[in-house]
Amino acid sequence: MLPVSKMTSQELAQVKKPNKLLVFLNSKKVVPYIFVLPFILSFLVFSLYPSVQAMIMSFQKVLPGQVTFIGMNNYSRVFNPIFYKALSNTAIYVVLTVVILTIVPIILAVLLDSKLVKFKTFFRASLFLPSLASTIVAGMVFRLMFGETDTAAANQILNWLGFESMDWRYQAWSAMFLMVLLCCWKWMGVNVLYFLAGLQNVPKELYEAAEIDGATTFQKFTNVTLPFLKPVTIFVATISVIGGFRMFEESFVYWEAGSPGNIGLTVVGYLYQQGIQQNDMGFGAAIGVILMLIIFVVSFIQLMLTGAFKKEGQ
Amino acid sequence: MEKKKFKPIPWIANIAFLMISLLALFPIINLLISSLRPSSELMRNGISITFDPSTISVENYLYIFTQGGNYWSWFINSLVITTITIVLSLFFSSMVGYALALYDFKGRNLIFGCVLFILMVPFEILMLPLFQLMINFNLIDTYAAVILPAVVAPMAVFFFRQYAIGLPKELMDAARIDGSTEYGIFFKIMLPLMTPSLAAMAILQGLGSWNNFLWPLIVLRSNDMFTLPIGLATLLTPYGNNYDILIAGSVMTILPIIILFIFFQRYFVAGLTVGGVKG
Repeated sequence: MLPVSKMTSQELAQVKKPNKLLVFLNSKKVVPYIFVLPFILSFLVFSLYPSVQAMIMSFQKVLPGQVTFIGMNNYSRVFNPIFYKALSNTAIYVVLTVVILTIVPIILAVLLDSKLVKFKTFFRASLFLPSLASTIVAGMVFRLMFGETDTAAANQILNWLGFESMDWRYQAWSAMFLMVLLCCWKWMGVNVLYFLAGLQNVPKELYEAAEIDGATTFQKFTNVTLPFLKPVTIFVATISVIGGFRMFEESFVYWEAGSPGNIGLTVVGYLYQQGIQQNDMGFGAAIGVILMLIIFVVSFIQLMLTGAFKKEGQ
Repeated sequence: MEKKKFKPIPWIANIAFLMISLLALFPIINLLISSLRPSSELMRNGISITFDPSTISVENYLYIFTQGGNYWSWFINSLVITTITIVLSLFFSSMVGYALALYDFKGRNLIFGCVLFILMVPFEILMLPLFQLMINFNLIDTYAAVILPAVVAPMAVFFFRQYAIGLPKELMDAARIDGSTEYGIFFKIMLPLMTPSLAAMAILQGLGSWNNFLWPLIVLRSNDMFTLPIGLATLLTPYGNNYDILIAGSVMTILPIIILFIFFQRYFVAGLTVGGVKG
């Protein structure tokens, strides 16, 4: 590899000059390797090994002190009604959160960027603040606001409007509503900031040119603003999809280990239930591998749409 | 000729924004108010919009400070874990980002590929093998089990690399001529120049660690080793008689972050919009 690496440590020790090792360590060829060494070691142990091991485990039955290879058995077991329920819950959640967390922030960002709105700093800060709260703490507040009693905030409002109180956490649609609400509440402000950053890339001259051509405000929005927001939109949609498929806490905080009729079960929740609680690690790993495939497909579509992976680092 | 006309659209937009802002702040305000109300009522009624102002008291806070029990262990655990995670992950990833940006060496693309690889693989897939690994290392129920996997921070490497590319390379050559070692250049000259990026990443990593839930939930076992989110989650049972600690403790979990946010807004925004890190 490197010419210097031919020197063994023994040879180095025999060299009279005591600072030879230091010179070696300080050479421009060696330095970058020392800089990346701790990261590479931790990458190998805590990222590469587990990802390979996850693949292997998904073909095994893992019991304490006894591991047997069982081929595709875990995978054939995965496709059961409970997994389908978890997958469909997650898919609905992903669609809802992506649509809401892309369209609403665009509108909010465009308004915040315009001259229409005053107190921009306050609005931006208050929208952003929820992203700092732990999902568990925020979810606890939501859970107590959407309690079953007539005295909980959500039911108080329903009663004032003349509706019956609801068992928010025990019906399929309202369970989904609660999870989507928590997620959207938390991430709205961050996505608004992404779009605000994206709006800075729109050349102001284009708006003037459009005005001269007699374009309406709406036409300017669809023909000038939106095309320039395309990269940000793809990015935001992608991280929302990935975040949605990885969702766990939003469900856990409402129902802990299990929801009635699995109305709140998600793919990661099922992985946790099977892999950790039931200690069926091979089966859990198979769920994980399927999740990874889904996320790879999503990332791949993003790659295709943006043409460069570099966008992710902006 | 033209009189000052009443323009409805700006008014509607501003009022709409005011309402959206209030909606965003509503749960946080509700949490603050509820923490000043009797916990027995909170357990029985949930969080109500209406409340009797005469019942306002700091009872819950007095209780948590005098008889908080394990709450303070959770707080200290969270504080220690978050601090160590920030220090280690920033140290490792700033070095990598710097090396990737400013040195030309064999295998650079491979290492960058590794960073991209971790970005693509969701943590949930690594979770079970890592859990096994922690059992084998005998690290279950220790700080190390929570911290170690968080040390690999691809997003931070990415960010530092991007930032370091913009640093003046001439400074490095000048320092070399002055006889500085490569490490001296990094720690004494370049790293201080990277302070804004360090601040942003400290917030990203710190917030992630402070609010982290699933992984600590798996590797921490005994009540006095729990972190704040996990400890608080154990109090959230319908039969819980610890709602005083739950509600006051929740406020004290998010309040330090909100205070930090007020002072370091810019870095919070930079850290949280780096992307990809959700949930």
